[in-house]
Amino acid sequence: MFRRIRVLTVLSLLLIGAIMQVGWAGVARTNKLEIFSWWTAGGEAEGLSGLFSAYKRQYPNVEIVNATVAGGAGTNAKAVLATRLTGGDPPDSFQVHAGLEIEKYAPDRFLESIDSLYRSEGWERALPRGVLTLLQFKGHYYSVPVNIHRANVLWYSKKVFADNNLQPPKTFAEFFQVAETLKAKGIAPFVMGDKEGWEAGHVFEVVLIGVLGADGYRGLWTGKTAWTSPRVTEALNTFKRMLTYTNTDHAALTWDGAGQYLIDGKGAMQIMGDWQDGWFQSKKFADYGWAPPPGTTGIFDALSDSFALPRRAKNRENALNWLKIAGSKAGQEAFNPKKGSICARTDCNQSLFNAYLQSAAKDWQKDALVPSVMHGAATIESWATKYKDIIALFVTSGDVARTQTALQAACKDAKVCM
Amino acid sequence: MPRVATYTALTVLAAIYLLPIYVLIITGLKSFEEVNLYRMWDLPAAFSLETFARAWLGSESQGFRGLSNNFWNSVRLTVPATLLSALLGSINGYVLSKWKFRGADGLFMLLLFGMFIPYQSILIPLVQALRSIGLYGSIAGLIFAHVVYGIPITTLIFRNYYATVPGELVEAAKIDGAGIFGIYKSVMLPVSMPAFAVVMIWQFTSIWNDFLFGVIITPRPAVQPITVALNNLAGSYIVEWNVQMAGALLAALPTMLVYILLGRYFMRGLLAGSLKG
Amino acid sequence: MHDTVPTQVRTVQITRLARNGRWKMPTGDRLISLLLLAPSVVAIAVFVYGFIGFTGFASLTRWDSLVPDFSFVGMHNYVVLFSTTRFQIDLRNTVTFTVLFLVCCLSIGLSLALMLDRGIRGEGVFRSIFLFPLALSFIVTGVVWRWLLNPGSVQLGSTGINLLFDLLGLGFLKTGWYTDPRIGIKAVVIAATWQMSGYVMAMYLAGLRGIPEELREAAIVDGATGFQVYRHVILPLLHPITLGAIIILGHISLKIFDLVVAMTGPGPGFSSDVPAFFMFDTTFRGDNFSQGAGIAVIILIMVAVLIVPYLLYSLRAEAQP
Repeated sequence: MFRRIRVLTVLSLLLIGAIMQVGWAGVARTNKLEIFSWWTAGGEAEGLSGLFSAYKRQYPNVEIVNATVAGGAGTNAKAVLATRLTGGDPPDSFQVHAGLEIEKYAPDRFLESIDSLYRSEGWERALPRGVLTLLQFKGHYYSVPVNIHRANVLWYSKKVFADNNLQPPKTFAEFFQVAETLKAKGIAPFVMGDKEGWEAGHVFEVVLIGVLGADGYRGLWTGKTAWTSPRVTEALNTFKRMLTYTNTDHAALTWDGAGQYLIDGKGAMQIMGDWQDGWFQSKKFADYGWAPPPGTTGIFDALSDSFALPRRAKNRENALNWLKIAGSKAGQEAFNPKKGSICARTDCNQSLFNAYLQSAAKDWQKDALVPSVMHGAATIESWATKYKDIIALFVTSGDVARTQTALQAACKDAKVCM
Repeated sequence: MPRVATYTALTVLAAIYLLPIYVLIITGLKSFEEVNLYRMWDLPAAFSLETFARAWLGSESQGFRGLSNNFWNSVRLTVPATLLSALLGSINGYVLSKWKFRGADGLFMLLLFGMFIPYQSILIPLVQALRSIGLYGSIAGLIFAHVVYGIPITTLIFRNYYATVPGELVEAAKIDGAGIFGIYKSVMLPVSMPAFAVVMIWQFTSIWNDFLFGVIITPRPAVQPITVALNNLAGSYIVEWNVQMAGALLAALPTMLVYILLGRYFMRGLLAGSLKG
Repeated sequence: MHDTVPTQVRTVQITRLARNGRWKMPTGDRLISLLLLAPSVVAIAVFVYGFIGFTGFASLTRWDSLVPDFSFVGMHNYVVLFSTTRFQIDLRNTVTFTVLFLVCCLSIGLSLALMLDRGIRGEGVFRSIFLFPLALSFIVTGVVWRWLLNPGSVQLGSTGINLLFDLLGLGFLKTGWYTDPRIGIKAVVIAATWQMSGYVMAMYLAGLRGIPEELREAAIVDGATGFQVYRHVILPLLHPITLGAIIILGHISLKIFDLVVAMTGPGPGFSSDVPAFFMFDTTFRGDNFSQGAGIAVIILIMVAVLIVPYLLYSLRAEAQP
């Protein structure tokens, strides 16, 4: 009898305790700012920290909640964000790629346009034309860019190249020569880590640029270049051949896992965006070189991270201040050197950046600009996802004809091709 | 088959079955310097709880959150949900076994089908419904979902259990003037403890181990149960694999303990869920 | 004094029904019993059947963005699905997984049960070890087995099971496991079998224990060898258990999701992708709700084909006393 009473008491206490906790969870907020992103890795997290510090200097009484969602190179975060936006529980500001990716969040329904901010902060003067066009959606601005990343960089291990008397390849012919030499030596000529499913699409996008050139590549996303054209076939075959020179475990690794090959001197080249620079730095690795991937000299494959303002943000004042800091010279100078990207603004102090980034900033001024598809600049998200899946399948199937048909179908689904 | 051969076979198989647990434990006990993916099977040189601590507390420098917060989220979810769904199952089982009406068995089958449906087929409207009643994104919403979708299995176990209570006892109580609640209190409840134990153990394990509802209903990391947090930890490429393994062990601890201490009821639960009648 | 009112009320109820044979509103305790049941019935009606209906409806619409669009497009989504390479691979993976999973679990579970049934010492310990993985979440299992079946690389060395093979001199058994698109989902079968075979063992053990000793003795008296006893007496008696196991394991394997998420993801060339994962991906990451609903309906139909006959069979079996 007493045992039962004791058991019941314990159970009820547990129940009450549990429910109370659930209740308290929704108690009043203090002065907060919730920033939502998927910047959890090395350089990215440090860069975000830098931006937080810049904000805190101006607004020390605000508690910043760093709401990151890891995994899937942003796909998990995007899913969480979408549900929060439609569920009426948006963060105060969130990371989004500049470009058509923002279409996913139905801006006219869920976001606030920040045209007034652009005017008051003078951003239309401080930001280059190339970025401004990316940022406009149906004639309005919905986000402010903090950086520019370059997607088409060929990173290589200086040691491996020096040991084998090699030069970074400028054309695909040279690339395959270099690859053959290295393969004979037991070094993985070209490393990839496509576990997350997007790196293959990233590399292929760079190959497309290399084979089709800037105009040809741009035309793919506007309908001017046909996906059925023989040059796309050539790009697919080139990519297929490149895959014969990759590390065998590429399906089990993420992009930075593959980067480890370069650090260990067991792999030679990797095509990846310049966040790799930030990652190398966080790993204290300095013996790497960079060059434009084959065929893309003089072309800058751009993507940009930006911050947007949801409607019904709980701390709207703080969020607006955040956007101002993100778009300011001080903010961008705090963010970019650590992140491994260059400022979106044109007036940042270049001496704060390392050798690679300084050269990237110079290229940004003079190169032909093309929008990245894997990183939200060139198309709407659903088309980018189809493209990503098709190429991921191609890596294992190698079926050029089928892939090309699927790519054409995806273009039709997006209502760009006829 | 000679006994020696049987023993040998069983021992070898048992060793194989224990391999994953072995790796989990020794990896979690290795210090950070010692951990090496290519020396996975080596025993730790010295016992260190560093890895567990990092999995539990997170690491500011490495940029990931620990599992401690989510562990408590799971507790906040699992305890109330288990109690509520057990209570509901008991009442349903009582009515369906001792107060049968025409079509009661058919109704029961309809109820039971809910145990087998793929939850994917109700996810989208579930999210919409929870949003409209304001429970979306909260642990309360998770509790609600688990209680509702726990109705079939808890009702099954209680109904089958109460069916073994002799009808005469119920009749006797009715003659003594007891009403529906009186019969429950005086006839069913006193013998219900084993059934409650089985149902609660089974529900505790199922709800604690759930992932799908957790990842869909509570997308915000701060509110997520530990299974979702573990998956995020493991999916994030910046987290070292040994922290992931230590995290997995931490997430598994409660149900492992339940299994070790209350295995009898655990077994009864899983058998009750599959053997009908 | 005993209160005889309830008995009187009940008598009146029964006579009322008998008089005109039509359904009369129940009163008293009968009413309360139905009211007690009502919340659950309503909940299941809405949250199971109603929702399935909504999902079915959504699969026939053009809802592919955050803003719902319920315009009717008929079977369009299904046509697209069945011609999508990824979904075709998913279906193939489901069949492969289900067949292999069932065969492995049943055979291993039965073997374990047969071995343990012989009254050996330490039976409890062995039983606990084999049953133990069932207490774990599929996520935990997935995380552990992801590292166990990580093949390592040519450059950096083997790890996981491959490393174990090397250490035991069984290096020739090494494969790429889930990084090899030819293996893919079969690697997931290994993890799933590890988790669920103990359950089958427990069921068979319970069944074996339920077979009366006299039956075995009678067979031996009739001159049957040990092996024949098993084949002709014991195994046939286990058929209902085999059926039950197929139902339970079958419906788990058709909707397998957690394990794939934690262990392999879709895998190279979608070799370990499953419909449930595709549904999650396309709905909650791709915002293509109507396509996700279509996949959900297809999964439901697959499960229903397995479960509904079994439920009907159980219903009829219960009706017979």
